[in-house]
Formats: sequence, structure tokens, C-alpha cells
Amino acid sequence: MEPFTTFTAVAAPLMRDNVDTDAIIPSREIRQVSKSGLADGLFAGWRYLSIGERDPDPDFMLNDPALKNARILVAGENFGCGSSREHAVWALAEYGFRTIIAPSFNPIFRKNCLANGVLPVVLAASIIDPIARGLAAAPGSLLTVNLEEQILQDEVGGRWTFEIESEEKRALLSGLDPIALTLTLSDTIAAFRDLDERERSWAYSTLSR
Amino acid sequence: MQRTIFDKIWDGHRIGSPTGETDLVFVDRILLHERTGGVALKSLLARDIAVRDPDHVFAVMDHIVDTFPGRTSETLMPTGKDFIVATREGTHAAGIRLFDLDSPDQGIVHVISPELGIVLPGTTLICPDSHTCSQGALGALAWGIGSTEAEHALATSTLRVQRPGRMRITISGRLARGVTAKDLALALLGRFGVGGAAGHIVEYAGSAVEALDIEQRLTLCNMGTEFAAFSAIIAPDATTVDYVKGRRYAPVGDEWDRAVRDWLALRSDAEAVFDTELTFDAGDVAPMVTWGTTPQQVVAIDGAVPAVGEIGKAMAEGYPRALQYMGLEAGTALESLTIDAAFIGSCTNSRISDLRRAAAILDGRKVAPGVKAICVPGSSNVKRQAEEEGLHHVFQRAGFEWRESGCSMCFFAGGESFGPQDRVVSSTNRNFESRQGPGTRTHLASPETVAASAIAGHIADPRKLEI
Repeated sequence: MEPFTTFTAVAAPLMRDNVDTDAIIPSREIRQVSKSGLADGLFAGWRYLSIGERDPDPDFMLNDPALKNARILVAGENFGCGSSREHAVWALAEYGFRTIIAPSFNPIFRKNCLANGVLPVVLAASIIDPIARGLAAAPGSLLTVNLEEQILQDEVGGRWTFEIESEEKRALLSGLDPIALTLTLSDTIAAFRDLDERERSWAYSTLSR
Repeated sequence: MQRTIFDKIWDGHRIGSPTGETDLVFVDRILLHERTGGVALKSLLARDIAVRDPDHVFAVMDHIVDTFPGRTSETLMPTGKDFIVATREGTHAAGIRLFDLDSPDQGIVHVISPELGIVLPGTTLICPDSHTCSQGALGALAWGIGSTEAEHALATSTLRVQRPGRMRITISGRLARGVTAKDLALALLGRFGVGGAAGHIVEYAGSAVEALDIEQRLTLCNMGTEFAAFSAIIAPDATTVDYVKGRRYAPVGDEWDRAVRDWLALRSDAEAVFDTELTFDAGDVAPMVTWGTTPQQVVAIDGAVPAVGEIGKAMAEGYPRALQYMGLEAGTALESLTIDAAFIGSCTNSRISDLRRAAAILDGRKVAPGVKAICVPGSSNVKRQAEEEGLHHVFQRAGFEWRESGCSMCFFAGGESFGPQDRVVSSTNRNFESRQGPGTRTHLASPETVAASAIAGHIADPRKLEI
């Protein structure tokens, strides 16, 4: 996983609550047994004028030329709700998004973000709403995300701190793979399992049937 | 210390806290399906990482498979077969048992797992599917994850998880005749909102919950993910024990006795503290139907599309967009809406009791002209059982298509969908924009309401039909 570094980029506002993962990447856009090849299908139902075609809908914010290089998405409540499909995050990341700012996230979606080097920033709606209004009024405006300091900044002096668990922060900053980390605990896991199997043999014994 | 059922299971599976923040939790059961199973296994293989304990992993074909009679590995979606083949090859290479298309036990993962006794009370179970919370109905700690976490679980038999908050929703009273767990789940979403349980594991408790059979409990817990919950759980009781007994992967003999002792001790202690407690009266619930594009946009079936002033401020965002998408106006009576299609299926409502109740309504009646009606049993075992009882004849005589088991048009992953602007009454769990097909307008309801509506040709209250 690519380590997360401080960056400044165009931020795109998508101020709808409860944006679900079917909207982020519709089922019909998941065509390959792969984590890539998904960026084209990102928000396909909203981004294009007709199903299966690729004519951009000028009314959808990502089609605004000023937002062409957006790498930060500013969103509403409960972002990423619905299906657990990690393809939603793979599509967002492949498109270029490295940070999503929202008042709340679906828990599985949030975990999927962290697993793919995408930073989910939680800020109160009362902070996000004016930021989003500013971005809508001046498309192409930049935000700066500093994970190390846990600070978000705009171009006109706005500065907000955000919270994140230190373990999640370390993982994003280092880009280290959690599977590799956990595999170093293999003996501890084996010891736990052996003891557990003695105490709860009923949870194990029928599995080889 | 007084603990909740969640705490008891969590503490029993907590290996440690390597970093002091997230817990490393042991996973008893891993379930995979072809939409994400193949890619997870492929990804591990590419990194030369082995599946740690293949005996603890069960895979099934459900998400993308065709549900037409005489199906093969081909799907309407041109590349659907690739997912099926990748899962077949990946599970074979890893030594994971697979309930393939031709297996008598094939079916929707959250239907077959309880059916076969894969999920047991007190176990931890994960699946890369958001509706894994369904299985908390058996008193297991079962939760949905993404693909990367599935890889982690396959490789290590563990997950790194932050301990969620604890919520209890105590549901008093009793559901009225003709009102189901689906209506209850929708009513809860209407009251508390789709973010209502964010950050929490929800324990459903109270007399109304205790009175539910396991299949109804599965329906109630199924929609925990729509609540933004970490998961949902119901304490195991005599109903649970009776249900699990004799199932293929259930313990037997002395181990059964020990297991039952363990399971029945899994109740929240009387003084256990919850971070959030909510109460709800089941007696007030009517058959519910959604009118919008999130499951919280729901009213009683005899109600009307609310005006923006009648819904909470938190739920008002998206209101105009939802009305426009659904082709509705405030004040329209739900029962006045003519429908194009009716769908009975999905991990929410496709079990044998769902089909029996729907069939009781359909018996001797006909689907209204012009309504496309489809029933997709939740598993091949459910289908066989229904056919033994002659239910398929009831469905077919009424004008329903009778399909093979799978997730089907809950989300058209196999490429089959309803048409643009089609108004569909559906026993599924999500009424999102374009979920059942591009532009399709979904109204969520119980199987009874779907059946009654199919007959009437418009949204219809099942309580008004004589059974």
C-alpha cells in the first residue's frame, strides 16, 4: 500500500446523505475478477447520461472540467452505506481520490478505505457544509490534507483538526500491510486456537464433515 | 463485571490487543461467495499466502449465478462466468469446501449457513457481505467485511477490529396478525434512521423478539446493516437450540450438551451496561412499505408519501431527489400505486416460512395482468422443501416465475434487471437508486405484501385478503 503523505488537491463536493456503494460502483460496472479497471464505472449512474454509454452528464459535479483532477471528495452523512463491495473504494482510489471527508461513514466502507490507503476524515456537518458551499461556489478550489498533524486546510485560511485512531494513522502513514503484521503473531494465534479448541471443542469438531 | 452477550463472545475470542487500540479477534467461521471470494483468493495466491485453516471456510455461489431453470455457469452478464470460475478454482486450490451450482446445498450464503448449522451460537463468523449481520439471529457474532479484511481472515484466522459500542433495542408487545419481522425492521429504520445504530452492535431483546421464530429473527437482524450497525445479535434461547439441533455442522452427543450449556449462558447480564438503549413497541407496527430511496423512507401501508414537513430534519436531505426518482408526489396513498413487478427473494425474505406465508396469500388467486412476478427461493434446500409441499404449484398457478436459488434481482449482479421506471414491490433489503435495475423504482415490503400487491396490481395490504 502506498504510504499516505501530505497533499494539496482539488476537492469535489458531493453533498448527498446516504450515498450507497451501488451508486459509487453499480454492479453492472464490476466486470472483472480484479481490484482494478473500475474507475470508469465510478458513479456511473450519475456520471453518464445513459446506461452503458459514456457520455458525461454535465450536471454531475465530477464532469465539471474544474474538478478534473479532484483527489478529495467532500460528502454527506453515512457515506458508503449498503453493500460491502470493496470495489467502491477501489473505484474511488483508481479514479484518484485519496481522502473522503464526511460527517459519518458506513463502518465497512470506512474499513475498506483504510485498507486501500484512502483516508476517511470525519468532521461535523456544521464544519463540512460551509466547506462544501465554498467548493461549489469556486469549483477547482484546493484543500490540503495533513495526516501527520491531523489538519485539513483550505486556501483562504480555514483550518480544522480531525480525529483518527493512532493505529489507523500509523498504518496509513507507513503503508504497511496488516496481513504481514498479523502473520508475525502466528504462534500467538496458534496457541489461542489450541486452548480454545480444548475449551470449545464443539466449535471445531464438526468442521471436517 | 456485568457483561452483554456481545462482550461475552468478544472477550472469548479476543487474542489480544497488539497495538493497544484494535483487538485481534479470532474468527471461527469464514464464508465466501463468488463476487468477492475469487478475487480475495486470487490476491492471496499472488502473494503466496496460504489459507490458514481451510476447514473453517465455506464458499458458495449465490451473488452472480443465474436463477433461470436449467442454468449453467454462464450468466446474462458476459463476464459473470469469470467470477464463478475464479471462485471454483480458488477454493479448489486452497482446499476450501464449495457449495457449487450443482450442490444440493447451494443457496444464498446467509440462508444456507443457518440451514446447515455452519453458524452456531457463540461463534464469530465473517463474510465479505454486508448482510452477514443476519446470522446474529442465532446468537453468533457475525459481521460483514470487505475483501481485504477477508484476505486477512483467510490468512490469519483473525481480524483486527475496534470494539464497537453496545446498543440494546428492547421491543415490547407483540406483532399483530399479518405483521412480520420485515415490517418491524422497516419500522425501526423509519423511527431511528439509517444511521441509527452507527458505531454499535445492536442487541435485539424484549418479548416481541423472543416470540419470533429463527427465520423471522434472521429477517430482523438482516437489516442491521441498513441501520449502519457493526452487527446485530439476539441471545440464544430454547428456540435457537431447537433450530440448530440436528443440522449438518451442529455438534452432537456430549459436545452438543456442552455447547447448549455454553449457549444458554450467552445472555446479557441483568446489570450489563449498554452505551445506548432504545425501546420500541411492536404492537403499533403495521405492514410497512418504503416510498423513497433509502430504507428509512418508509410508512405504514395505509399511509401516504409524507410531505417534507412531516419527516424529521435529519431525513429531509435527499427528499426531493427521492420523490423525483420514485416518480411520486407528497400525499399520494401508497395503496394507489400500480406496480410493474413483484419480487420475492433475497437473504432478507426467501426462507421456507416466507414462501409459505406468501403462498397462503397467492393460493387460488392470480397475479394481475401485466405484472411480472418472480419468486427466488433462498436456497436449493428451501426450493426442494417448497416443492415437496407443493408451494411451487401455488406460485406458478398464480403467475409467478419459480426460479433456482440465488441473490438474483435483489441487485442484478448477474446482469438480470427490472426496467427503467418499473415500479417493483420487493421483499429485499435495499431500495437504493438503480439497485434492482437502472432507474428501477423499488418499494420494500414483506413477502405477504409483495404477494398481495402482485394480485392486486397495486401496492396492497395483505391483511385485507382472506387466507
